[in-house]
Amino acid sequence: MIAALKALFGRGEAVAVAEPSNTPARQLALVIDLNVCVGCHACVTSCKEWNTGGAAGPLFDDNPYGADPTGTFFNRVQTYEAGVFPNTETIHFPKSCLHCEEPPCVPVCPTGASYKRKSDGIVLVDYDKCIGCKYCAWACPYGAREIDEARQVMTKCTLCVDRLEDSSLAADDRKPACVKACPTGARLFGDVKDPDSEVARAIRERGGYPLMPEWGTRPANQYLPRRVVAAVDRREEDPASDPGAE
Amino acid sequence: MNPAFSVVVFTVATGAGQGLAVAVALALLIGGPIETPFVRVALAVAIVLLVVGLAASFFHLGRPARAWRAAAMWRTSWLSREVIVLPSFIALVAAWWWVSGDATSVLATTLLPLAALAGAVLLWYCTAMIYACLRFIEEWAHPLTFVNFSLLGLSSGLMLATALTALAGANPVLVPIAAAAAAAATLVAWMARASALRRNAAIRHRSTLQSATGIRSPRLVQTSMGMSAGSFNTREFFHRASLAALARIRLATHVLAFALPCLLAALVATGALPALAGVVAMLVQLPGLIADRWLFFAQAKHPQNLYYQVVS
Repeated sequence: MIAALKALFGRGEAVAVAEPSNTPARQLALVIDLNVCVGCHACVTSCKEWNTGGAAGPLFDDNPYGADPTGTFFNRVQTYEAGVFPNTETIHFPKSCLHCEEPPCVPVCPTGASYKRKSDGIVLVDYDKCIGCKYCAWACPYGAREIDEARQVMTKCTLCVDRLEDSSLAADDRKPACVKACPTGARLFGDVKDPDSEVARAIRERGGYPLMPEWGTRPANQYLPRRVVAAVDRREEDPASDPGAE
Repeated sequence: MNPAFSVVVFTVATGAGQGLAVAVALALLIGGPIETPFVRVALAVAIVLLVVGLAASFFHLGRPARAWRAAAMWRTSWLSREVIVLPSFIALVAAWWWVSGDATSVLATTLLPLAALAGAVLLWYCTAMIYACLRFIEEWAHPLTFVNFSLLGLSSGLMLATALTALAGANPVLVPIAAAAAAAATLVAWMARASALRRNAAIRHRSTLQSATGIRSPRLVQTSMGMSAGSFNTREFFHRASLAALARIRLATHVLAFALPCLLAALVATGALPALAGVVAMLVQLPGLIADRWLFFAQAKHPQNLYYQVVS
């Protein structure tokens, strides 16, 4: 049914795909590997750096060198502690817009400024149409949207849409700034609808999961659960398999 | 949620304007002892309240000059629908006021009052659905949200109508009728609002820190939200009032919005108090309505708050 509708309204996009019977649209997304995020915030600062210099103008910074600095960020790294001492784990948890496949923030927008791009599933805000009513932020269960207090329009992660399509960048640079910045490779980027992509494989083979599945938002970004205990066990059994062991 | 004063004023003022228009419409349609000069005064007050509400709503916008764009997405957005229905309703009541001088016209005494009834209900529905359609704000996602927006509007509108009967030289026969209706509406509104407040206080939210992060451990605490001095997420979604302040505001809601005005209106209806006590009832209810609407926002726990618990 859905495939038939897509074929009807997709205006022939399906033709180029190898499997016309099963023709998912593209959905760009991040997959966050919680095994290797070390909580360094390099993705936070590189995100801010790239997105404050874009065509949309600087991202708001209030009192950046003062006692109470605040401002607009598209990406945060949070830290959680799981378990009971002494069996506790510290988990660093990056969070940005999840580019939901059923984004609740989009239909509530009264002006149409919020939209989900048909070509690659990125959820974006047209800053020229936004009236700053904040309703989309209320409608996002994840707190992914932040108003820019200076421009008074809603802002959010764009997956660095201006990098992805910039042909003046080297092919390897046409990915989100956070992905480029991560020193441990905790952030995978790609088309989750392409079963052969790195991100789809990671989700499939390593138990990738969405946040707050209870609301049916179907986040495109997914997280890879920690397998710390298993990794430690393996190293103890066979020290030679650890390339770091001398 | 952190209540935005502009939205509190907006919903209280338009709700009372709608309620007043409904009160006048019902009086005309039932054939109550309501005279033309009083109809004109009451409708003028309703229009003023609706316009005040509309003006207040602009203060909630970051870019008020672009507000006209908000009518675009009526196919999907309840906010967009409200943006269309509110000015239409104002125009409707204004048209009614315009022709209301002619007490013999069917338009002024039947057709426009009927249209105003339908318009008021539609506007309450749009306003309520803005909140009730957000399925993960479980305090709002319930039919009681619509019930309370409409009943509180009706209660405040009837309370205002009672005060106006005392002030605007209406037929003295109208005073006890309006007061009785105000007391009854306020009592029903109180019961509905009290059940919503009880329900909201007892909600066990579907989202937990475990579902929000996907980390399955039964003991899971945040040690850092990722920034030290707050962000839009901490300013917009946390009201930051103390538990004691919340309790005081809840008490103010019960006493000022419902109990006291209901009692005063009932006493005016029975003739135990003079008509001017209706004015006192209306003045007492105003801060109560503000407190109640503030509570409506403050009581809603947004699931995003799970991600913003600890600064460290």
